[in-house]
Amino acid sequence: MYDIKALYEAESIEHAVKLLAEHPEAQIIAGGSDVLVQMREGKRAGKELVSIYGLDEMRGVSFEADGAIRIGSLTSFSHITRDPIIKEHINVLGEAVDMVGGPQIRNIGTIGGNTCNGVTSADSASTLHAWDAVVELTGPNGVRRIPIHDFYIRAGVVDLRPGELQTAIIIPKASYEGYKGHYIKYAMRNAMDIATTGCSVNVKLSSDKMVMEDVRIAYGVAGPVPMRAPQAEEAAKGKTVSGGNVKAFAETVLKDINPRDSWRASKEFRQHIAVVLAERALRESIRLAGGVIDE
Amino acid sequence: MSKQYKLVSCTINGKQVEKMVDVRASLTDMLRDDYRLTSVKKGCEVGECGACNVIIDGECFNSCIYLAVWAEGKEILTLEGLAGPNGEISDIQQAFIDEAAVQCGFCSPGFIMSAVEILEAKREFSDDEIRKLMSGHLCRCTGYENIFRAVKKTMLRRLGKEKEALEV
Amino acid sequence: MYVGKKVTRVDAYDKVIGRTKYTDDLCDKSAYIARVVHSTIAHGRVVSIDTSEAEKIPGVVKVFTCFDLKEKHYFPTAGHPWSTDPGHQDVADRLVLTEEVRFYGDDIAAVVAEDEVSAAQAVRAVKVEYEEYPFVLDVQEAMKDGAPQIHEEYPNNILKHTSIRKGNYEEAIKEPGLTKIEGWYDTPTVQHCHIENFICYAEMEGDRITVVASTQIPHIVRRVVGQALGIAWGKVRIIKPYIGGGFGNKQDILYEPLCAWLCMQLGGHLVKLDVPREDTFVSNRVRHAIRSHIISWVRPDGTYAARKLEAYSDQGAYASHGHSIAAKGAGAFPQLYPCDNVEADAYTVFTNKSVAGAMRGYGIPQAMWAVECHTEDVAAKLHIDPVEFRRKNLMPVGYIDAFSKNELYDDTFNQCLDKAMETIDYKRKFKEYQNQTGDIRRGIGVAVFWYNTAVWPISLETSSCRMVLNQDGSLQVQLGETEIGQGADTAYTQMTADVLGVPLEDVHVVSCQDTDVTPFGTGAYASRQTYTAGFSIRQTALLLKERILKYAHELTRMPPYNLDIADGSIVRTTDGRKLMTLGELSTEALYSLTNSQHLSAESTAQIKSNAYSFGCTIAEVEVDIPMCKVKLIDIVNAHDAGTLINPALAEAQVHGGMSMGIGYGMSERLIFDKKTGRALNNNLLDYKLSTFMDHPRLKAVFAENTEPTSAFGTKALGEPPACSVAPAIRNAVYQATGVGVNDAPVNPHNLFRRFTEEGLI
Repeated sequence: MYDIKALYEAESIEHAVKLLAEHPEAQIIAGGSDVLVQMREGKRAGKELVSIYGLDEMRGVSFEADGAIRIGSLTSFSHITRDPIIKEHINVLGEAVDMVGGPQIRNIGTIGGNTCNGVTSADSASTLHAWDAVVELTGPNGVRRIPIHDFYIRAGVVDLRPGELQTAIIIPKASYEGYKGHYIKYAMRNAMDIATTGCSVNVKLSSDKMVMEDVRIAYGVAGPVPMRAPQAEEAAKGKTVSGGNVKAFAETVLKDINPRDSWRASKEFRQHIAVVLAERALRESIRLAGGVIDE
Repeated sequence: MSKQYKLVSCTINGKQVEKMVDVRASLTDMLRDDYRLTSVKKGCEVGECGACNVIIDGECFNSCIYLAVWAEGKEILTLEGLAGPNGEISDIQQAFIDEAAVQCGFCSPGFIMSAVEILEAKREFSDDEIRKLMSGHLCRCTGYENIFRAVKKTMLRRLGKEKEALEV
Repeated sequence: MYVGKKVTRVDAYDKVIGRTKYTDDLCDKSAYIARVVHSTIAHGRVVSIDTSEAEKIPGVVKVFTCFDLKEKHYFPTAGHPWSTDPGHQDVADRLVLTEEVRFYGDDIAAVVAEDEVSAAQAVRAVKVEYEEYPFVLDVQEAMKDGAPQIHEEYPNNILKHTSIRKGNYEEAIKEPGLTKIEGWYDTPTVQHCHIENFICYAEMEGDRITVVASTQIPHIVRRVVGQALGIAWGKVRIIKPYIGGGFGNKQDILYEPLCAWLCMQLGGHLVKLDVPREDTFVSNRVRHAIRSHIISWVRPDGTYAARKLEAYSDQGAYASHGHSIAAKGAGAFPQLYPCDNVEADAYTVFTNKSVAGAMRGYGIPQAMWAVECHTEDVAAKLHIDPVEFRRKNLMPVGYIDAFSKNELYDDTFNQCLDKAMETIDYKRKFKEYQNQTGDIRRGIGVAVFWYNTAVWPISLETSSCRMVLNQDGSLQVQLGETEIGQGADTAYTQMTADVLGVPLEDVHVVSCQDTDVTPFGTGAYASRQTYTAGFSIRQTALLLKERILKYAHELTRMPPYNLDIADGSIVRTTDGRKLMTLGELSTEALYSLTNSQHLSAESTAQIKSNAYSFGCTIAEVEVDIPMCKVKLIDIVNAHDAGTLINPALAEAQVHGGMSMGIGYGMSERLIFDKKTGRALNNNLLDYKLSTFMDHPRLKAVFAENTEPTSAFGTKALGEPPACSVAPAIRNAVYQATGVGVNDAPVNPHNLFRRFTEEGLI
């Protein structure tokens, strides 16, 4: 039994917006795997909830007219992993969310909830950052779209304005076409864990597979919110595919990231792992893109 | 605050049911308290242990972090719903018995329900895939070994691989 | 015969159909809900508690605080048999609610409400004012002069210090040519993590109180509830239904006294106290973290000249099982690898942390971590093969311990090592994994363990059994030894059927224990259930058999010595003829107009023996050095648990213990905030139990040497499987990388530190 002050169940997106406007103090609940846990801890106890769990219109993966991939915010992790569009065009996202918690959590957890809670360890977030995803927000003033990087304001806080809910996450065609990527979750056990550090890398190789035309890398738990490593990306862009260049790229991430010391892991440990993950994730991305690294 | 209730109609273990439910209730609360389906266990109440796992519309969920009102219109299966009308048990339940996969028994209902979802896929999973599909449950008695055997053997038997099942 | 066969668990069917009832399943929904208010400081005194806001919350019945205790009945909590000698009684240092706060999470107040939401709200609304004292979390810091004093009567916070002296250590180390090997070995605080949290409910009937509890030790709980409430023990009735695991945590009195006290304050109204998982980690019991220092002086031929151990056991805030744990661990030290000159000192020390109690292995997992890591270090330093070094020094066949009179009858260690090595292909792998380079390396490691069954002669060993013959010839069997998931009821069923000569399905072991009706027994601990219950089962079954045959004699005129019971029938031994079924006899006995008898038997066996139960683990790992990660690839445990009563259940026990050892060796530790003393990872997400995906296939093999002291040839198997796994994993990592991790667990944090120190990364 949860300490819920009142529960309002939205019947449509418009209805959800209306309910949120009527109950400005209310918390949105999607799958509930974070909200209900926090409520039990006492953090959100006694709150009103607006449940959007029943909004099937916010589920599923599809193409938009311009070829962008649209992921409804309520799409569960397991459905993202199994989706044929995801598998073909951005398989790494399906792999990343397949590392969240365990099977039951992946059935209830949604990509919208995973990003709206604003935590740096979210397994979807680094990959979405690394693929320049766009967040679609629907509110009293209609729909707006912002880059995911701008959506995250600070730890636990996202750009969700009064009356707004996140309705979709979009991967523009230019962001995925020609790219191959790999995500590594570093955790203390192989299931039911949160990332100590998560690293998502993708690469676009030249047609002869000899040059890294573009490299993108994002981390979870390397800072207060998921983040890109721009200096490392610059260090790799346009470089030839080689072990030395991959290593140089990986070592550059230390200029970008700022992990903190906590009881979960020391700063030094996270920095060390971040470099190892960058190298391994880029190597695997290159392999997936058809490149060969000569040793 | 006045208490808020909602009529929840759903199918539980094949039977159409409806009851007024406190909106604050988790599905675990509803199944245990309103329907007395006590195979649904509470081990952590935050979705970490898997003891409260049930199948909703064919997929496994930790009922502790699932609001009871969301059950509206859903088809729910708990361990109590696995046995046939005359008490005949399913192959996976029998396998849990035969493989000594049950010790204290507290996690068993949740594990068996995840096994049911795996077996419903009607395909052969690798050992690592089985481990991953069962990884949403914690067990402190068995080391997962005999649970693994029970699931793998039943999977192989359903696929007609009796000989391979003996080698698990 | 059923003993020795893979008989199906008697409770398996109910457990797989979801019919088995645990405590919460039995509690009526009219129960008030109790929640404990825990201290939010590590050390100090409660000055005042303001309950006014909490009591205004609708649904709250009452809030009780430590100041509501009119009489202070201090009670002990260890699940030990009571001692009639005051000098040997457990330390009585607990109250149901306390003003004196000794750890972050101490029990200072309790809320009773009509529902769990109001109860949770009330817990948050209770305002507490404290006077704070300095606190100490480290066991060796706590021993220093001037350290915060946690209990007045224990200077330097030392609950107890015991010493073992053998030969002359100081003289022995003067022998020329010795190599000195020294190391510090540390084990973490871990928790049992049974999937069913502790839960109990209490209700009064007349002037008596009934507590239904998830416990391993119902009869001990009855005594302590009586002590804690200051009421006659006979006025307390404890009922133990099926429980969702215990592993030693429930071998302690947890919240039964508080729940009973709350019930009594509320006129006997039904009160349920269901402990949340977060509180289970902090405010139940944990396993003692033990820091050990070992020095060995070794001759060039690989024999020990002298050895020394100092062990510092972190008791946490209250005495609970106290020094018994460290003492058991230290007691293993001079025995496992006997040496003529030994000094061993064990200290159990209070700190301002969660209370340590019994947990599977009872000091042996900690001791084996220290001893077997050290053994590996010694072998490495002397360039001797680690298995051969162990074989050379291990307790020899025929060894007799002067104190317990335990004897090593068989060549257990070598048999177990041989079986385990063969199962895992040790020799080939050990050779293959020598001198590796590169980022990813493999290794294989060995560790042995010492364990003994039951608690004689340190404390009482007794078991009672009652058998009642039904009209149809079937029988009920009752024992004070408890089923806690390990399969005890099934083993009892097999034993009874064999001694009495009846089919298995005719034996009904009453699983639920009720101190009003169940014969006295001290419960499940010390891996003693099968061993101790075996004596009373055999004795009682023989007594019942004698009575049955006497009645059969009256019915058949055949002399009793020419009669036997086989397969549920009275058989004439001279020609093997079946004279009647036990059902026919029993019906006649009950309803006879001329000679009606209720055939039953009850007896108590006092057990004045104890048995060694030894074995080993071999683990194979793959280490990813840059990632600071270990993958367990293969693992085998070998045990000599005597005759296996049920090989399938024995194997399952071993799997479970191995799994706990895997967590102990690789991932588990409860972390306390140095600034506040608060536990930081007291939930199942942040406390890293190893999951299905962290386990390889588990292998269990046995050397079945019949134990001569035992009623059925059996001996300990509940705890032994958890004892040698962690050091075997550590030693495998050592072979792979040349780096020894002396602080368990061998997790990425410790590997990162050690690999950095050793220049591997």
